[in-house]
Amino acid sequence: MRYLPKSPAERQEMLATIGAATIDDLFASIPQRYRLREALKLPGPFSESEVIDFFKARAAENSLGHTSFLGAGVYNHLRSVVTDAIIQRGEFLTSYTPYQAEITQGTLQAIFEFQTLMCQLTGQEVANASMYDGSTAATEAVLMAERVTGRSRVLVARSVHPEYREVLNTYARNSGLLVEELPYAANGTLDHQALHAALKNDVAAVLVQSPNFFGVLEPLAPLAVMAHGHGALLAVAITEAVSLGLVSPPVEADIVAMEAQSFGLAPSYGGPFAGVVAAKEKFVRQMPGRLAGQTVDAAGNRGFVLTLATREQHIRREKATSNICTNQALCALAATVHLTLLGKEGLREMAQQNLSKAQFALAELEKVPGVRRAFDAPFFNEFTVELPRSVKLVNAYLLRDKIVGPFVLGQLYPELTKHALVCVTETTPRSEIERFAASLRRALEQPL
Amino acid sequence: MAYPTNYRYTKEHEWVSLQGDIATIGITDYAQHELGDVVFAEVPKAGAKIEAGKTFGTVESVKAVSDIYAPASGEVTEANALLQNTPEKINADPHGEGWLIKIKLSNPAEVGSLMDAAAYEAYIASQAKEASA
Repeated sequence: MRYLPKSPAERQEMLATIGAATIDDLFASIPQRYRLREALKLPGPFSESEVIDFFKARAAENSLGHTSFLGAGVYNHLRSVVTDAIIQRGEFLTSYTPYQAEITQGTLQAIFEFQTLMCQLTGQEVANASMYDGSTAATEAVLMAERVTGRSRVLVARSVHPEYREVLNTYARNSGLLVEELPYAANGTLDHQALHAALKNDVAAVLVQSPNFFGVLEPLAPLAVMAHGHGALLAVAITEAVSLGLVSPPVEADIVAMEAQSFGLAPSYGGPFAGVVAAKEKFVRQMPGRLAGQTVDAAGNRGFVLTLATREQHIRREKATSNICTNQALCALAATVHLTLLGKEGLREMAQQNLSKAQFALAELEKVPGVRRAFDAPFFNEFTVELPRSVKLVNAYLLRDKIVGPFVLGQLYPELTKHALVCVTETTPRSEIERFAASLRRALEQPL
Repeated sequence: MAYPTNYRYTKEHEWVSLQGDIATIGITDYAQHELGDVVFAEVPKAGAKIEAGKTFGTVESVKAVSDIYAPASGEVTEANALLQNTPEKINADPHGEGWLIKIKLSNPAEVGSLMDAAAYEAYIASQAKEASA
């Protein structure tokens, strides 16, 4: 397909051929009230030098030299230039999804390697070629459980990322899926008694996140026993994939939905990221999207194929396992390259640094008068502290010291009025953690 | 492959074979040929109820996933266990070992309205003519 600009004369000729007076006529079927009434207020065409000046000016607005303690689903991790160099190769960067699959061996191999890595990390038997992001992956995991069990009630922990729950609720609104939320206990994990009370034989899935939105690890084994006891599946969401370098993989889960952003994808403006859906092999035909597989050709040479794509929407239309998923091939490739560079030991070391620095940060913050740890369950690289003051006000003060403060939990959990979700990764130097604690101390000493 | 004269056939290319009020259901040789190599068959378990004209399962080939329509209504008494590990039986012996399910008919009269082998063969011949026209 070529993209060639058309002259006004050519446009007129095309319109005349199909019997339309103006381009707007082509949109006549859209009711008037949904149509744009006036032209968009866009600046006129810029010359090349004006475009360069414009973007230089925007780039100068970037805040440089800040240290961030913000996580909450998007994590700042070390990235190698090797990843960018490889994904910018034209063969990967500009190729579209392989509908004529077998001629794109490189793309299929990349997907296959990605799936393999995701299985190894999550302790699952099959992983798909990737999804939009962690939130749609979590929703797809729930829809998959609905298909597997033939049930339509799901129990979702409130400690699952609030935006993930919002995506799930958007799907559920018109699909007949009944979503019920479960409270968290005093230690920050899912309230097991509430789960026990809500679990009946009509539940398709129990969805939890670990580490959860408050940073704490959910003990999965007892949850799996409870869910399975009622014929429900256990779906586990993971937003911080680096945790898998240290935390034992969620083998108890029937379906794992993960955000792979932490593996070599820059936080940017919140994307593009790559979601992962991994599961037990017996559920493979209910998985959304596609799977690449390894095989041999007629001469016995190693080759790759699209093993499972027959339930995708270009084949199954409205009966597809998913009508909203896509394979984030380039982002999945970035994650694959990143993990290959790190290796098993590298990932473990990176995860250990996250844990150690987060532990150190908590100890430093707890020395500040009035600051206390909110939840005492074990955590990875994020933890929740309660401050004696509004986190918003404190963050405004921290920003003056070029510190991007922790996530304000009260925005999404009204009951957590003075709670801050602090994130520390391997990129946060010890000296910056100390500076954060000192700045926080000064902020809390300010007269109100 | 010959179409057994004691079977009845649908326009969606399923066949039915009656033993009393138990009907065995499968897909025809024409259907398996159109689908190509079958890799998976998804059929309901014993006890499930199926309704004439509605889909009750899918047959997946390397090319596509196709719905299977119930030729008659009834309750599933048995699903072909052989297909779990050897779905290729559908290609090798579609009218025999490759059967999909057995049902207890709730309305045996429904089977009477289906095509016999001669009518079905005429039907697929006309389909082929349409496709090449």
